[in-house]
Amino acid sequence: MPPGYLPLFIFLAVAILLPTLTLVAARLVRPSAPSRTKLEPYECGIKAASNSRGRYTVRFYIIAILFVIFDVETIFLLPWAVQYRTLGWFGVAEVFVFLSILIVGYIWAYKKGAFEWV
Amino acid sequence: MNAVIQHPLFIPVLTTLVVCALFPLVAGYLVLIERKVLADFQVRLGPMRVGPHGLLQPLADALKLILKEDIIPEDSDHLIFWIAPIISTFTALTAFAVLPFSARIFVSDVNVGILVISAVSAVGILGIILGGWSSNSHYSLLGSLRSAAQLVSYEVALTFALLSALMVAGTLSMQGIVHAQQQRGVWFVFENFGFMIVPFVVFLISATAETNRIPFDLPEAESELTGGYHTEYSGVRWGFFMLSEYANLFVASAVGVTLFWGGWLPPFPSVAALGWFFDALFPALIFAGSGASSLVLIPKLPYRPHRILMAIIAAALVAFGALFLVPALTTWFAPVFWFLFKIALVIYLMIWFRGTFPRFRYDQLMNIGWKYMIPIGMGAVMVNAVLGMFR
Amino acid sequence: MLDVFFFYAFAALVLGGALLTVTLRNTVHCAISLIASLSGVAGIFLLQKAEFLFAVQIIVYVGGVMVLFLFVIMLVNLDTAARDRQFNRQWIAAVACVLAIGAEGVYFVRSGSGAWTFAAPSEFALSAGNTEDIARMLFSEYLVPFEIASVLLLVAVVGSVLMARREA
Repeated sequence: MPPGYLPLFIFLAVAILLPTLTLVAARLVRPSAPSRTKLEPYECGIKAASNSRGRYTVRFYIIAILFVIFDVETIFLLPWAVQYRTLGWFGVAEVFVFLSILIVGYIWAYKKGAFEWV
Repeated sequence: MNAVIQHPLFIPVLTTLVVCALFPLVAGYLVLIERKVLADFQVRLGPMRVGPHGLLQPLADALKLILKEDIIPEDSDHLIFWIAPIISTFTALTAFAVLPFSARIFVSDVNVGILVISAVSAVGILGIILGGWSSNSHYSLLGSLRSAAQLVSYEVALTFALLSALMVAGTLSMQGIVHAQQQRGVWFVFENFGFMIVPFVVFLISATAETNRIPFDLPEAESELTGGYHTEYSGVRWGFFMLSEYANLFVASAVGVTLFWGGWLPPFPSVAALGWFFDALFPALIFAGSGASSLVLIPKLPYRPHRILMAIIAAALVAFGALFLVPALTTWFAPVFWFLFKIALVIYLMIWFRGTFPRFRYDQLMNIGWKYMIPIGMGAVMVNAVLGMFR
Repeated sequence: MLDVFFFYAFAALVLGGALLTVTLRNTVHCAISLIASLSGVAGIFLLQKAEFLFAVQIIVYVGGVMVLFLFVIMLVNLDTAARDRQFNRQWIAAVACVLAIGAEGVYFVRSGSGAWTFAAPSEFALSAGNTEDIARMLFSEYLVPFEIASVLLLVAVVGSVLMARREA
C-alpha cells in the first residue's frame, strides 16, 4: 500500500465506530414506547393512501446518466490538470479537442431539452 | 514515552481522535452560531435561555437527542434504516482525514487527497438515497430523489471548478496544494491574472448546493416536503444526519480554503516583514478582543452562575490569545488558526446566504446547475489553460 | 504483513459482496452488496499502488454508476418482481455443473502448477506519483484512445438523451 493510507483507514474505522457505538449506547438510555400510530409513515396526520415505493418521473434517470457521463469526462481531465505545466501547449491542444467534442454533445443535449426540468 | 511521541503514527492517530471526539461538539456550536447570526440578521436575540446568551444550548440539544424515543416506521426496511445515517456520518467525517490543518498537523497526506474527498462525498449521497428509500414515506422518498439529483448535478460543476485550481497547483495532494501556493507566494484565487476568482465563484455556488443549504435546500424544503429525506428519522439518528450536514459544510469550506485561499498560509505569505503580525499579533488580538467584548456583557447578565461562566470564558479567551505571543507555540498555533479562521469566514458567508436569499424552485435549481454552472466551469478550465501558460 | 491483512479484508469484501449481490432477494440490498464489492475492488487497486484508480473507482462506480442503479431500482418499482418465484428449480443440474467445473479446475491447477509463470513486472518505473504517470502515458502513448474516449462519451450523451426522452 502506498504511504499515508494507513492513518486514513484508521480514521475510517474510528469514523464508522463513532456513530455505531453511539446508536447502540443510546439504546440504553432512551425510552421506547411504540404504538401503532407512531409506527405509521408520516403523512400529515392522514393514513397513507399508497405504498411510497411507486414509479417516479424518468427525469431523475436522465440526470443520473448525464452525471455519470460528465463525471467520467472530468476524471479524464484530472491527470492532465496535474501535469498541465509539463505537457505544455501540446496537452492544452489535446484537451481542447477532447472538450470541443463533448461541448458538441452538450449543445446537442441542450437543444434537445435534456436539461429542461418542466 | 518519547518513543510513542516520535512514532510516525502518533500525530495522525491523535488528530483522528481529536477530530472525531470534538467535531460533534463543533457541529453543535456551528448550529448555535448559525442561529445566533441569523437572529442578528433578523433583529432577534436567538437562543438565550440555556447558559449565558444560550452558550450551553448545544449541550442541551445533544442531551435531548440522545434521550429521545427512537421510532422506526413499521413498513420501513429496518436494516437500511439503521445503516443510512451511519453511512452519511462516516463519509462526512472521513473527509477530515485529508484536510491539511497545518504543515505538521494532519491525519494523512495522500497523493490523491482531493480525490479522496470527492470519493467520500460521492459515497455520502448513498446515505441520503438509502435513508429516504428505507423510510417508505412519500416525503422521504421524494426528498431523497431530489437531493440525490441535486447533488450529482452540482458535483460536475464542482469538479470543473476544482480542475481549474488543480491546474495551477499541479498536484492532487492537499498538503501539496498549499505548498504550491507557498512557493508561488500567492493564494490561488489571485493567480492567473486574477481570473481564478471565476472558478472560485463556481465552487462556492456548487458547494452551497452540495451541502443542501439555502438557497439550494430543496431536499429539505419544509414547506413542501416536511423534512425531506429524514422525515421519518428521530432522536440520535436524525442527529447523525444533521452532524453529517454540518461536517459536509465544514469540509466544503475547508476544500475551498485549501484550493483557493491559501490553506494554512497567512495573508501575504511571501512578505516576511508581516510574518510576526499575522502569525502572532493578529490571532492574539482576535482572541483578546472577543474576550474583552464578553467582559462587557457580564454586568447585563441576570443570573450569578451565568456571570461566573461568562467571566471564565472571557478569561480563557484572553489567555488563549496570549499563548499566540509565545514564540515556541506560534509556529504550532498560527497555521491552524489561519486555516480555521478562513473556514469560519466561508461558513459565515454561507450563513449570510441563508439569511439573504429565498429558496429556488426545483427547475430553477436544475437550470442553474446544468445550463450555467457547468458551461461556466468548463469555460473557466479552458480560459485558465490558456492564461496559465503565460503566467 | 499489513498489506496481507488488507488484501484479505478487501478480497473478502469483493467476494462476499458479489455473492450477496446474486443471492439476495431485495434489489436494493443487492445494490448495497454490489457497492461493497466495488469498494473492495478499489481497495485492491490501492494495494497495487494505483492510487488514482482507487479514487476513480469509488467516484465513478460507487458515486456515479451505483447512484444510477439505485435510481433505476426506485423509479421502476420491482417489488412485485422480487416477490415472484424465480425459475431456479434446476438445483441438481447447477450443482453438477459447478462440481464438474471445480474438478476440472483442480485437476489442471494440480497437474500444471509447475508450468505457471507469472508475468514479469512492468518495465515502467514509478515516478513521483501514480496520477502523473497516467497523465504522461495518456498524452503520449495512448493519445488516440484518449480522443476516442471523448467520441464514446458523445455517443453516450446522444444515446441516453434519445432513449429516455420521446421526440417532442
